[in-house]
Amino acid sequence: MAHSLHLTVDGQEHKLAVDPRTTLLDALRDRLGVMSAKKGCDHGQCGACTVLVDGRRLNSCLALALTHDGSEVTTSDGLAPAGELSTLHRTFLAQDAFQCGYCTPGQVCSAAGMLQEAAEDAPSVVTEDLEGPIELSDAEIRERMSGNLCRCGAYVNIVAAVSQAAEESR
Amino acid sequence: MSDLLPTTSIGTHQVRLDGPDKVRGRAPYAYEHPLDDPLYLYPLQAEIARGRAAHIDTSAAEAADGVVHVLTHTNAPDLEDTEDGELAILRSAEIGFRGQYLGAVIATTPEQARYAAGLVDIGYEQEEHDVELREDHPASREPESGSGDVFAGDFDAAFAEAAVSIDERYSTPMEHNNPMEPHTTVARWDGSELTLWTSTQGAHPARSTLAPILGLDPDRIRIISPHVGGGFGSKGVPHADMMLAALAAIAAPGRPVKYAVSRQQMFSITGYRAPTLQHIRLGARADGTLTAFAYDAVSLSSQTKEFPEEATKPGRMMYAGDNRRLTQRVVPLDVPVPSWMRAPGEAPGMVGLEIAMDELAVAAGLDPIELRVRNEPETDPDTGLPFNRRRLVDCLREGAKRFGWEERNPQPRTRRENGWLIGMGVAASTYPAGRQPGSVARIRRMPAGYEVAIGAADLGTGTWTALSQVAADALDVPIGQVELRIGDTALPNATVAGGSTGLVSWSAAVFAATEAFRAEHGTDPAVGAEAQGEAEANPAAEKFALHSFGAHFAEVRIHPATGEIRLGRMFGMFSAGRIVNPSTARSQFIGGMTMGVGMALHEKGELDPRFGHVVNHDLAEYHVPVNADIARIEAEWLDEEDPHAGPLGARGIGEIGIVGAAAAIANAAFNATGVRIRDLPIFGDAFLPT
Ligand code: FES
Ligand code: FES
Repeated sequence: MAHSLHLTVDGQEHKLAVDPRTTLLDALRDRLGVMSAKKGCDHGQCGACTVLVDGRRLNSCLALALTHDGSEVTTSDGLAPAGELSTLHRTFLAQDAFQCGYCTPGQVCSAAGMLQEAAEDAPSVVTEDLEGPIELSDAEIRERMSGNLCRCGAYVNIVAAVSQAAEESR
Repeated sequence: MSDLLPTTSIGTHQVRLDGPDKVRGRAPYAYEHPLDDPLYLYPLQAEIARGRAAHIDTSAAEAADGVVHVLTHTNAPDLEDTEDGELAILRSAEIGFRGQYLGAVIATTPEQARYAAGLVDIGYEQEEHDVELREDHPASREPESGSGDVFAGDFDAAFAEAAVSIDERYSTPMEHNNPMEPHTTVARWDGSELTLWTSTQGAHPARSTLAPILGLDPDRIRIISPHVGGGFGSKGVPHADMMLAALAAIAAPGRPVKYAVSRQQMFSITGYRAPTLQHIRLGARADGTLTAFAYDAVSLSSQTKEFPEEATKPGRMMYAGDNRRLTQRVVPLDVPVPSWMRAPGEAPGMVGLEIAMDELAVAAGLDPIELRVRNEPETDPDTGLPFNRRRLVDCLREGAKRFGWEERNPQPRTRRENGWLIGMGVAASTYPAGRQPGSVARIRRMPAGYEVAIGAADLGTGTWTALSQVAADALDVPIGQVELRIGDTALPNATVAGGSTGLVSWSAAVFAATEAFRAEHGTDPAVGAEAQGEAEANPAAEKFALHSFGAHFAEVRIHPATGEIRLGRMFGMFSAGRIVNPSTARSQFIGGMTMGVGMALHEKGELDPRFGHVVNHDLAEYHVPVNADIARIEAEWLDEEDPHAGPLGARGIGEIGIVGAAAAIANAAFNATGVRIRDLPIFGDAFLPT
């Protein structure tokens, strides 16, 4: 019943065979041993499994692995070379934007995807001027990061970290 | 009073040492340790709330591809001790609550385990169940494991004579800890030793709980738990999931069996905060000083195992008043087993009590801060002991200043902005400053510093960092020369990370070990030199009532047309002794307050009386705060050291952030609208005309 597919994960190419029921998240964790993407709910309700697929943020628990044959997947661990830290990694550390760290790789990937969306002027529900460039106010960040739950309650610091990263990469 | 430790690292901002691995996702949680050739477990759960699983036919599941074993009560490994109704699983066909484990399928892939679980045919003999908590429930009784009732003076007479009084009922709902990392155990039995990679707030305590039940010498169980993805109490004691994984491993020896509890399963397996009903009567003189104090609370418990959610706990020590009556009852019903959730007792208790105090302030025509000031007890009303240093009033006054309390109009419904009603509220916070004896630390001289080993846990609390800071100052070396090892029963014994006792208890062990190390090896020890030390009980606990205090301030806005309620800002001012790491401490305070916002505005497990399960058993329907719900939350603390807390001078801070937070929000809602909230959570319909 297994079907094969190709995935590039954090720059590394993999050929693997999976059950058609296997989610992208389980393919990463159970088949490839890539544990940076976390499982918090398996139902698209928490964001812990957020990865970038071909540059877009995605809840990997909601995607079947086979539908992503040939995709390029980036986890938080793939955002910087081993031993180094990306801007978001650094600002999350500097702002203490996590406690237990379980939601964190998902938050980081979500933030990376979100900064890109904002750079492309994609409006959110709190955006007032739908045509203009996006000003990443705290309200915008909160809204755009609300798909990622943090039960430790690090939201205030997550907003500060994302805001700092946005500032630095301007 | 012991001498305070001179500090270099303690008290300074220190970025989390485990941080770089956590942000990248490289720190291994329970499921994530690389192990070869694992098996996967999917559980079978009861679909009725009471009765028997009269027949269980596993043949189709056993015949399915990849299935290695199907575990049920008919073939489960023996248990030595079956006293604990929650943990002694798979003993018989009897069913005590909906969701109870009836067995498990173990297979070579997670997909097949889950699929095959669906092939197991279970026939039920159903009995009538009862899951509804009522104040006058005939099964209501005194808890076996409670703190006991309090009767002092003559409450009835004093209450009858009181110039000002309130007599109201409050309730808090069923709440679920929902740490983001679901409870997970990977278990391997090699024929003589059981290894559990699990997610626990206490590796050693979990081992001492499981060992006698399994009939194994504790030396034959190893628990490994270096990183824990949140717990909030639900990983403080082992729940049935850990036992199920252990039994599965014993039944399928040789290969690791992985069991990550699903989010839905967590609602019936991994503990929850039991709902409480609280009846509070307060009587005071015209100046607001309390003369009569009655607090009668009932909480839901389980027939399977008792857990009293003692809402009356903070009422025992918070305020003065000579004529007192506090009673705590439990109603054990056919429900899942409740357990610890962040500040058990205090969190729900300070909802009723702090709303009641706000009501009394209104009745007495006093500012709620002033009312509390007038009711400061001189000694602990519960034990008669002097307090360590009760700084509630300082927290209230300093907090009021920083929050801008003077802008508040005590008259409700007087402030409107952009069509919204705005209100401010205050509530006090408290939590006992416990320190547990028995933790042991081992210090070893390494070529470039010291290894400090203790089986402690970091569930987001910052242990990796803060305990390294403590060890650095104890050993008088820079933090970079401390190599901390935690989260493993192969390390010396550590008490649980719970009840705000973790860091202070483990630090006491580190101090004892440092002293032993110095005594044995002097100041210039050879590489390899080592010594151990054990934490003793805090001697001050016999002479003083040891507590932390705090004050929460909240501003909310409520839309009169829709009833929508939003948190505008929140400020917490705390007195918790010395703060070891201001960065991680602030996160913990704010995290507790954020969970308090959930308690106030979002969280409620809806237990269906017809079927006995929590209907909203996932994160889409059991709401916890999301980023957009949390605007501004700030926390500060009084700059102080606790002279009765030992050399560290610190008290634990894991719980105090949540205690009282929800009441401050409910009181703010009253100030905004004039609608008195006595039942949590606060939904918009409370503010709409009925
Ligand atoms: S695990 Fe995918 S959204 Fe929760
Ligand atoms: S850091 Fe623990 S859930 Fe976000």
